[in-house]
Amino acid sequence: MSGRKPIRWHIAVFLAPAVLVYTAIMIVPLFGTLNLSLFNQTPERTSEFVGLANFRTLFGDPRWSGAFWNALGNNAWFFVVHMLVQNPIGILLAALLSSPRLRMAAFYRTAIFIPTILSFVIVGFVWKLILSPIWGIAPGMLDVVGLKSLFAPWLGKEDYALTALALVSVWQFVGIPMMLIYAALLSIPDEVLEAAEMDGITGMSQFWKIKLPLILPSVGIISILTFVGNFNAFDLIYVAQGALAGPDFSTDILGTFLYRTFFGFQLQLGDPHMGATIATAMFGIILIGVCIYLFGIQTRLRRYQF
Amino acid sequence: MTTRTLRIALLTSTLLAGAAQAQDVTLTIESWRNDDLTIWQDTIIPAFEAQNPGIKVVFAPSAPAEYNAVLNSKLDAGSAGDLITCRPFDASLELYNKGKLADLTALAAMANFSPVAKSAWQTDDGTATFCVPMASVIHGFIYNADAFAQLGIEVPQTEAEFFAALDKIKADGTYIPMAMGTNDQWEAATMGYNNIGPNYWKGEEGRLALIKGEQTLTDPQWVAPFTQLARWKDYLGDGFEAQTYPDSQNLFTLGRAAIYPAGSWEISGFNTQAGFKMGAFPPPVAAAGDTCYISDHTDIALGLNAASPNADQAKVFLEWVGSPEFATLYANALPGFFSLNSTPVEMADPLAKEFVSWRDTCQSTIRSTYQILSRGTPNLENETWNASANVIKGTETPEAAAERLQAGLASWFAPQQ
Repeated sequence: MSGRKPIRWHIAVFLAPAVLVYTAIMIVPLFGTLNLSLFNQTPERTSEFVGLANFRTLFGDPRWSGAFWNALGNNAWFFVVHMLVQNPIGILLAALLSSPRLRMAAFYRTAIFIPTILSFVIVGFVWKLILSPIWGIAPGMLDVVGLKSLFAPWLGKEDYALTALALVSVWQFVGIPMMLIYAALLSIPDEVLEAAEMDGITGMSQFWKIKLPLILPSVGIISILTFVGNFNAFDLIYVAQGALAGPDFSTDILGTFLYRTFFGFQLQLGDPHMGATIATAMFGIILIGVCIYLFGIQTRLRRYQF
Repeated sequence: MTTRTLRIALLTSTLLAGAAQAQDVTLTIESWRNDDLTIWQDTIIPAFEAQNPGIKVVFAPSAPAEYNAVLNSKLDAGSAGDLITCRPFDASLELYNKGKLADLTALAAMANFSPVAKSAWQTDDGTATFCVPMASVIHGFIYNADAFAQLGIEVPQTEAEFFAALDKIKADGTYIPMAMGTNDQWEAATMGYNNIGPNYWKGEEGRLALIKGEQTLTDPQWVAPFTQLARWKDYLGDGFEAQTYPDSQNLFTLGRAAIYPAGSWEISGFNTQAGFKMGAFPPPVAAAGDTCYISDHTDIALGLNAASPNADQAKVFLEWVGSPEFATLYANALPGFFSLNSTPVEMADPLAKEFVSWRDTCQSTIRSTYQILSRGTPNLENETWNASANVIKGTETPEAAAERLQAGLASWFAPQQ
């Protein structure tokens, strides 16, 4: 005859601070944004409820939708470059760093990680200078190796600007996947590797057959971090190309499109309602991407218990 | 005992000093002219403070490209300064309509300005003026006079002479013929399209006809500036696509380029940077003897934050900004910002005098995209940046660019539909 379980107040008490802070600075603004996107400004400068009319404008009006799909396409390419360049290089660097025969590993690790802690403003400005056709060292360095003809004002050409900026971003952030994978590689128990060696699996095949499957969950986490980071990106493009994301909007991503719309630019006045609509669309895109990962990929990843 | 007396004495003096400070009112000026910070701090503000004890003024500028966004956010949040530097036309009109800027029509100093000078900061019907006009900027070309002398080039009057001069500089190879890049886009529109354009669309005549819907952007006089811009491509430096505005300024002041499509606001910076003799010429006309038109753009004014707790002191400052004394001080401290005050201002800088002398020989107009036409989405001014940059790079033909601008304008502007 035991009584009902007492209500465990302490759980609520201990959770309360985090829940309150998170609600105040994340959940309330998020719903505020979603709410703002359902309103519009009347000519009398008051807000009126318009339902989904802003979304109809964003996806239906040829100008808005053209700008939106352009930004989304650029953003997708930005993400693809990161996935194809940043993450494989990060894994490669981590594999090299974890090799016991590498000397000065701590130095390389620090040197490669340092750009990550630099401000976007510095990174954008430094790379603009490096790539500048007038003062930059890029043309001179190419000249030294006899490849001057390959130089182009990359940041000013529609065809190259976005890829160039994506690679700058890769340069800056390659340290993060490297560190995460490095940590994952270090956590593989020596017994597993020794057992593999006993079975004659060494070198490259050991990496492909033993280590890579064991670090796949980390690779998954890195992919989703890259996805969220890239679709929220704004800073580097803004610093390097300005809010108009030139040349000819070829580097316009969702973040810069949102900024221009929400805050206005030069003679263009800000439109908080359309801005919130774009922000909501971005939120939806990221939510869908994360859900695909969580339910489609993460649940199928095999985990190994040691 | 002595320590105690000393303590009391110290305490009293602190309190008294605090009380004395509390009587001073500090006015903060919001501005995008961060280049002018030292001039405000060293010349303009001390002159005002000397005459008006008890009012302190702080000049707090932000970066030009961010100014509008920063200002709007600050005004909404209630943290903006007492005095607001006004962009011309709709950006400020919108602030006035939202009640963020106070009505200054009753200011006595308003009598010192002509209706044209005030037009950029008035309601459409002209009944209310909400900013005290400070200055206009004139567009033209600044050239390296030493380079011109060395190559034996006369200052070009007509378009043919202009391109002949560019060809000659290019053939010689010592100098980049023209210092301009398309990376930042706005130079292409402001120092390109709106600089040379008024000669084709005949200044105010064309600009007003566009607003009334009597002309369209696809008319020959509106496409012609683009056609000329497309020819500029061959005379710009290597890699101009990635050349930024500061790059262009440096190329010119380092003496590596011969001609710089300019706004007169460059004068004070160039005077300190350039080690050679400079001259200026207005946008060349099609044929010798044609009437010339210049862009004499009402650019900068000062308004009052409607929410300012120091409105009375701020009005004292605004009255002073509208006075001939301020006009003389400002125009000479910042050669290239030409006073809009009706009282003529004597200027010392030769380059500034050259620019302002065109007011006598040419017809003045303002930038075509600023009044009314940039009120909707897509924004004509911002679209013009993009179109001008594309045309110079050769990625869009002049006709296609004009057609795109016209379609964008017609999509929301009733007189053009």
